[in-house]
Parts: sequence; C-alpha cells; structure tokens
Amino acid sequence: MGFLELSGVEKRFGDVVAVESFNLSAERGEFVSFLGPSGCGKTTTLRMIAGFEHPTAGSIIIDGKDITRQPPNRRNVGMVFQAYALFPNMTVAGNIGFGMRIRRRPANEIKKRVGELLELIGLPGRGERYPWQLSGGQQQRVALARALAIEPQVLLLDEPLSALDAKIRVSLRQQIRAIQRQLGITTVYVTHDQEEALSLSDRVVVMSEGRIEQIGTPAEIYNFPATRFVASFVGTLNLLTAQVVDARAGRLSVHGQEIQAAKPIDDGHGGVSIALRPESIELGENGGSNRLRGPLEDVSFLGSIVRMRVGLGNGTAVSLDTFNDPHLALPAVGETVTVSFPREACLVLASASAPAPAEDALAV
Amino acid sequence: MSGTGTQAPFGPLGVMRSWLQSGRAAGSRRRGIGSIWAWLIFIAGGLYFILPLVGTYLFSTRPRPDPFLAYRQVLADDGFLGGLLYSFVAGLVTIFISLLIIVPTAYWVRLRLPRARPIVEFVTLMPFVVPPIVLAFGLIRIYGGGSPIIVLAATDLGLNILLVAAYVILSFPYMYRAVDTGLAAIDVRTLTEAAQSMGSGWGRILLQVIFPNLRTALLSGAFLTLAIVIGEYTIAQVLARTQAFGPYLSLLGRSSQPFQPAAVSLISFGLTWIAMVAIALLGRGSRQRVQVAGAR
Repeated sequence: MGFLELSGVEKRFGDVVAVESFNLSAERGEFVSFLGPSGCGKTTTLRMIAGFEHPTAGSIIIDGKDITRQPPNRRNVGMVFQAYALFPNMTVAGNIGFGMRIRRRPANEIKKRVGELLELIGLPGRGERYPWQLSGGQQQRVALARALAIEPQVLLLDEPLSALDAKIRVSLRQQIRAIQRQLGITTVYVTHDQEEALSLSDRVVVMSEGRIEQIGTPAEIYNFPATRFVASFVGTLNLLTAQVVDARAGRLSVHGQEIQAAKPIDDGHGGVSIALRPESIELGENGGSNRLRGPLEDVSFLGSIVRMRVGLGNGTAVSLDTFNDPHLALPAVGETVTVSFPREACLVLASASAPAPAEDALAV
Repeated sequence: MSGTGTQAPFGPLGVMRSWLQSGRAAGSRRRGIGSIWAWLIFIAGGLYFILPLVGTYLFSTRPRPDPFLAYRQVLADDGFLGGLLYSFVAGLVTIFISLLIIVPTAYWVRLRLPRARPIVEFVTLMPFVVPPIVLAFGLIRIYGGGSPIIVLAATDLGLNILLVAAYVILSFPYMYRAVDTGLAAIDVRTLTEAAQSMGSGWGRILLQVIFPNLRTALLSGAFLTLAIVIGEYTIAQVLARTQAFGPYLSLLGRSSQPFQPAAVSLISFGLTWIAMVAIALLGRGSRQRVQVAGAR
C-alpha cells in the first residue's frame, strides 16, 4: 500500500461526473503531477485530497489512515493555491507561522521555524513585510513556506505557477522541486502545462473528462502514450490514420505508403491511429526503415529547431524537426522529399475515449 | 504656454486658457466645453450642499453681542451631552450586535449559500419597507404587557433592549451592504480554504482572517449605523427613550430658544464629519495595500 492512496474515487455534481474511478497509489516522498486540460477533474481530485470537496464514492487514505470524511482542518495536508491566498492582514512571518500558532507551538519555536523556512525559500529577513510588498514570485514562495511550516504529510499545489511570468515560472519550479527533494515530502501538483509536469514529476497522471488516461513516468508518458488523447496532449506529434495491412506483422498503410510498427497490432481491422513525434522523423533515408515520400509544403524556423511539413496526399501531412545548423541545406518548398523513421517511433494508439484531435493536427 | 509637451493646468484656469488658445483642434475645443460644464455642475452641486450650512451657521451666530451664545448654551446643557452619550452608547451596542449577526451571515452566504443572497438582501431591506413607527408599535405590542413571549416594555432595561434591537434591524441595510462589498473585494473562498488547510476552525477564520480584512467595510457600516442611531427620533420617542439625542433635538426645536437647534445641527454635522475622517484615516492602510497589490 502506498503512502497516499486514492481508491475508486468519484465526484459528481448533480448529473455531472467530475471525477470517476480514480485510483492512485503514491509512495512516500513521491512527486506526482495531475496533468490535463481545463475541466478534466484534476483540481477537483486535488480538492478532495485537501478535504474541500467530498468524494461521492471511493476512499482517500494517507499513511494508512482513512481521511475521506475528515474536515480539511483535521487533515495534515498543506496546500499552495494559484492565487497565493496569503492573508493580507498578516506579515510574511505571521502568514508562515499561522498554522503553527493554531497548533499551539511555543513562540520561540515558531520564530525559529519561520526563520528556517525564510532561508529555505530564499527570502531571509523579509519576515516583517506584508504580502503586498512582495512580487508575485515571492508571494508564492511565502505561500509554499506557509504550507510547509505545518510539516504536512502531503503537500498539494494547485497550478501554483500559472499567475507568474515565464522566467520566474521556470526558476520557481526548480526551487519547488529542490525543496520537495530536500524535505522528502509527498507532493501532488496540478498543472495544465505539460512542460511543468514532465520536468518536475516522478510520475504524471494524465486526465481527461474526469478519467485517468495514463499514469507513468514522464518518459513513459512522452515516449509511450497509452491513448490518442495522451499522445495529442503531451508533446508535439503527428496523428495519422493508417490502414492495417497485416496486424500480426505490424504492417500499415498511410495513404498508400506502407510502413511497419515495432509490435503486432492488437485491435486492428481497418483503420487505426498512429502517432509520430516530429523529432523521431528524419529528412532523407537514414532515419530508419520506415519511409514516406511527398512534397515539402512548408519550412518553419523555430530558433534551435527547424520544422518541416511534408504532404502525403489528400490534405494529410507529416511534420518533422531537425536541429538548426548554420550550414543546414534544406530542399526547396515543393520539392519531393523522403522522410524516414524507425519502427519504434511508430506508436499505434489504443482506441481512446477522449474526442480525437483533428487529423494530423500538431498538438502542443 | 506653447508646444505640445506642456499640459494646460487643471481646473477652470486651464480650461479658460485652452479655450482662448488659437490654433487648437476642434476636439480639444469640445473637451474644453465639456470641462466647463463639468465645473459648472460641480460648483452648483457644491453650493447646493454648502449654502444651507452657511445659512444655518449665519443664523446660529446671530445673537449679539455674543455670536456663539447658542453653542455655549448647547454645550453647557446636560440634556445635550447626556442625549449624545446615551445615543452613542446605544449606537456602539447596536454596531456590536449588528456585526455579530451580519458578518457571519454575509460570509456564509458568499461562501456556501450564494443562492440565498437575494433572500438575505430582501430581508436586510425590510427597514426601508416597514416604517420605524410600525416597527416600534409592533415591538411594544409583542413585548408589552401581556406579551406571550417576554415582557420587556415594562422596565427601563427592557425598553433599552427593545430600542437597541430595533436599531440593529435599522442598521441591516447599511451594514449588510458594507460588509458584502468588503467581502467581494477579498477572495473569501481561497482565504478560507488556505486557513482551513493550516488547521484553522471557523471561529478563528472569522476572527483572524475575515474580520481584519474587512476593516474599512466594517468601519463604513459602523459609522453609518452610528450616524443613523444618533439622529433617530421615531423609535426612541415611541419607546419613551426621551433621553436619546433624537428626542432631545426635537424638544429643542420646540423650545423658545430659536438659535440652539441650528447650533446643535452644526455640531452634529461636525461630529459626523469627524467620523468620516476617522473612516478615511483608519481605512487608508488597507486601500494602499489594495492599490499596490493591484498594480503588480
């Protein structure tokens, strides 16, 4: 049994199912992210762990203790909110020490702990300031310190970086991860930003329409998406419809051009969806045994990467990335080119419950 | 004044200058005309408020050779200070009870019962629908001799309790709106949840998180309530609380001293303004906080 266990958790608001059949077992000290688009149920699940929402069914267990029906103030769970939620009438030190005062800790212990946490978040000597005297990033760090001050069993972060600008977001997320590792605290992090989820987490739970689509390490989620939704939501990829030529041999046909998957195709009669990451496709014939030919339709310069789009007929196209190089010689737009990729890059997706994105769309 | 880099001074002088300047665009001229109208309306509004005060002051200082005789007489009168003190204490007790009722109610409606808001708003507006005289007679009927609940109208203490109870109801529209506006300015739900996740119970959340962040709103509601209670006449008179400030003012108006009511009016007006300045000073800190936070 894991340190944090969610078993068959379900949440309904009237007829609307916000979360269904949610099962997760997180180990002590693990960093788990809930990733998904708006309305997928990730925040509702987090709020159920915090106690702000009560599950319609299922149970939530922390360290062997069932807390499903416990009020939020009886759970030892720290939470960091998107909107910081610092108490405006209290100083930074007052905010951080708030939970400890509730627990009736001695004043000198509170003072010492507040000082330690201010050091930890890189804001020493700012204890007497008020929240409005701090920047957004500093306020969120104080909110993190406040949540940590009570030494929670589980730390919950609800899109804590969404309100911050890009540069601060990156540095703060590194800081959050470093602090989490240092303290070894079990953490659940909610985000719709795949980069955040992939870079921070030990495991990622991808959610859609209240259901778990896939649970796995960032590498598993990115490299082996279990469903069409995960494939489209995480990373950039080509989604193509292919006809199954020989299911056991993994042979497929994309607009009349035959390719081969690394594994036999399980549920393949007729059409299946295949996903190809742009970075796993090469211009030319050296990228692998699978080849597709078509006219080069577009070349986009994205800084360190150059993205090309190759038409496959009937409005279908495949995009591929190559690293930028000052000496890179690219074919002219309109010229017929060959692209290649290994069998392993060809991911045949299981039938997905989520609505499929548009054919060949590049999801970001 | 020339060039494009300088701005016309603000106010009528600036308007006149910009009006007189040649070569200005038609849009600028229209703006000038608009500003003149704005100033005219502002001056007319100001005169509407100030002229009665000036008139009252001039009337109250008419006695000769001592123009401030009426003020001296009023301040020396035990009835004035006693009435003011009585109504002031009644006002403070009213504010305390009203806050105890309104703040948790408005907070809970915002947090958990947003659908009940129209009902609560309607209930708080009842003092505008039910005239004070009806309220006062209703209280006497229910709590007077032969009351099926409790007889309160038979003793001084009981009548004082009835008076404050009636004032609490009168304060509802002002207090509820002030508190509700204050709650709208803070993220009640998130602050509550943050406090809960720290282990806080409802009492502590209200006292340490919600109340302190409603300071300006509570002060506004409190001073409005105080102003209403101090000037209230009908209920105090019907409940035989003639020692209150409202009945005292009425009695003074019917006396043979023509200048004293004017002096009392101006003193009351001055006290109200002192209360307003107190609101502004006490609320300044929180306004600055909101502005700075908003600018980030």
